[in-house]
Amino acid sequence: MARQTVLAAGGLIAVGVIAPLLPSYPLTLLTQALISAIFAMSLDILLGYTGLPSLGHAAYFGVAAYAVAILAVDARAGFVTCVVAGLVAAAGTAALFGLLAIRATGTYFLMITLALGMVVWGLAFRWVSMTKGDNGISGIPRPELALPWSLGAPLPFFYFTLAAAALAWLALGLLVRSPFGMSLKGIRESESRMRSLGYNVWLHKYLSFIIAGVFAGFAGILWAYYNGFVSPVDVQLVTSVEALLMVALGGSGTLVGPAIGAALIVFLKNFVSVYTKRWLLILGAVYIGVILFAPRGLVGALRADAAPLPPAEG
Amino acid sequence: MHHRDLRIIAAGTLLAFTAALGGPVSAPAQSGPVKIGLLVPLTGAFAAIGKDMLNGTELYLDEIGRQVAGRKIELIVEDTEGNTATALTKARKLVDQDKIHVLTGGLLASTGYVLHPFADAQRIPTTYPVMASDDLTQRKPAKWVVRTGWSTSQPMHPFAEWVIKNTRFRKVVTIGMDYAFGWETVGGFQRPLEEQGGQIVQKIWTPLNTNDFAPFLAQVKRDADAVLALFVGRLALQFMKQYDEAGLRARLPLLGGGTTTDESVLPQMGDEAIGAITALHYSAAVDTPQNQKFAKAFAAKAGKITSYYSEACYTGARWVVEAVKAVGGKVEDREALLAALRKVDIKDAPRGPISVDRWGNPVQNIYVRKVEKVGGKLQNTVVATFPAVSQFWKYNPEEYLKLPLYTRDYPSCKAC
Repeated sequence: MARQTVLAAGGLIAVGVIAPLLPSYPLTLLTQALISAIFAMSLDILLGYTGLPSLGHAAYFGVAAYAVAILAVDARAGFVTCVVAGLVAAAGTAALFGLLAIRATGTYFLMITLALGMVVWGLAFRWVSMTKGDNGISGIPRPELALPWSLGAPLPFFYFTLAAAALAWLALGLLVRSPFGMSLKGIRESESRMRSLGYNVWLHKYLSFIIAGVFAGFAGILWAYYNGFVSPVDVQLVTSVEALLMVALGGSGTLVGPAIGAALIVFLKNFVSVYTKRWLLILGAVYIGVILFAPRGLVGALRADAAPLPPAEG
Repeated sequence: MHHRDLRIIAAGTLLAFTAALGGPVSAPAQSGPVKIGLLVPLTGAFAAIGKDMLNGTELYLDEIGRQVAGRKIELIVEDTEGNTATALTKARKLVDQDKIHVLTGGLLASTGYVLHPFADAQRIPTTYPVMASDDLTQRKPAKWVVRTGWSTSQPMHPFAEWVIKNTRFRKVVTIGMDYAFGWETVGGFQRPLEEQGGQIVQKIWTPLNTNDFAPFLAQVKRDADAVLALFVGRLALQFMKQYDEAGLRARLPLLGGGTTTDESVLPQMGDEAIGAITALHYSAAVDTPQNQKFAKAFAAKAGKITSYYSEACYTGARWVVEAVKAVGGKVEDREALLAALRKVDIKDAPRGPISVDRWGNPVQNIYVRKVEKVGGKLQNTVVATFPAVSQFWKYNPEEYLKLPLYTRDYPSCKAC
């Protein structure tokens, strides 16, 4: 475990070291990969560690992004206000949705989260006075921090995102190794056993749901600043599904896996499509290949101590 | 064992990334090709439209042998997936990595609003052949962007006048897709219609993912004189069919925004479309030698009839080439190229003569078209032509711009 952490940290540092050597386009892709990695890791807390497959995870990502966009563009709010508002919006939405969704499991949980995600999409699309509807909100300025470098340039913003991703990874890593994280894994393996041991299963799942929402919101905040633009696409089903694919591709319940899955998808999409118009076929083949030959994901497949496959219904 | 494996993955991933990242990076060269970056949706829900856009662009470039002012033209195409965030990523790639000289393309309104600040920040000359959202060249123009297509309400202003002068329709029901493109179409029709004594008596908005129009058609006020419809793609096909099935076609003549009967969907419609009257800055049936030549060449290349999308990109490519010619091929001088793009004046485009106004929107013919069956095929027969129509119609631009953008609730529906 410790060595894996060291390796992942080494990977982050290596990326940080080669970054200044890169032209700005690959650098923006790396930034995008890091943001997607945070998003995928947040979903892994739910899917991989608590055993709750959510199809509405883009809701929290998007709510936070919209909070930042509305405050930064309409109210010209500062960085701290935007970040706090984004996190609070994501946490609030997750706390509300969690109350409705947590009572269900398996397919029912999938369906409830799907429906709740669609509610947020509908709001983003139809609440035009607030969200500008289909046109989206553009012109979100990059944050002005008291730093010697402007975050408007690709390299400083990359380091900013790298620091944020490292922070998120550290926080989530500590979380899953904490007694709380262990109880989540216990719930994933056997809810009834945990309940009979005296754990408050509902509360654990509820907290896990909110924490996952907050970190998705954290990614959403970065995404809003990165693109300078938020639209209903950011909260739609496809975004939630893509996050699920990132987790499945990398290996759920590994934290590092979803991050690698996210980076792989971002790079596959953007590099393969340069060479062929049929890039979706290649992406599809990769998904099928992974499901067939490495059902636990890339990282999961290479782990000798991997847990047995989760029950099929998950 | 697994630790080593992990290390291998980590190293492998890093290597793969560095290899991918260190990919082809070309240095800017004075004498190299003129590079045009084209953003089109080649996958996803809008792939068919994207294909039309690409074919139109390629057709023009092939006609001139991919050469201009002694320099080769290199077209670099990127797939937006019909997703604005992806379009922005690809635009960055085109500018940063491919070092393009001109950026063009884009389909969705949101893409236009995102490329605006991008083009200005990168100082990259940019043209929009298709994106029509009014404010892109009205209340929120960008210095580095010239629109070579149209603005959504541009065809609707003269269309309303035509309806008042040439028909007995005074009370009109509107039914349209519930998003900015629909609102701007309906608003652009409503304002001049009501100023000249007509009335919008009902506005019905349908969600973009509607599968069944029956509940909406049931609401249509039967005592109106006509219905104005605004649909795009698959929804246009389905609407036409259900409008007929509901028995409304015989009772309430159908008017519409241009996309409702655009040639990208018209060949797949049946006789239910006959008689629909719509307005746009193009029709495949425009009877000029230039358009016939274009239609013939396009049919040979793409195996289908021209649509407004393919004409937009054919003429859009020509627009860029004319500007490059005007600066003598010196595309590295971006300011000069931008100035040239803003001065392009084409007398013989397939859609007719085009010039550009101070806000960067074309002044061009608007055609009122009626669907007819000619030689067994449906076509948009031109029944009236309004020459040199500006995005502000007959209104004073300054006063026009002080009013709000047409939205769901503006102009408000007083007679509803």
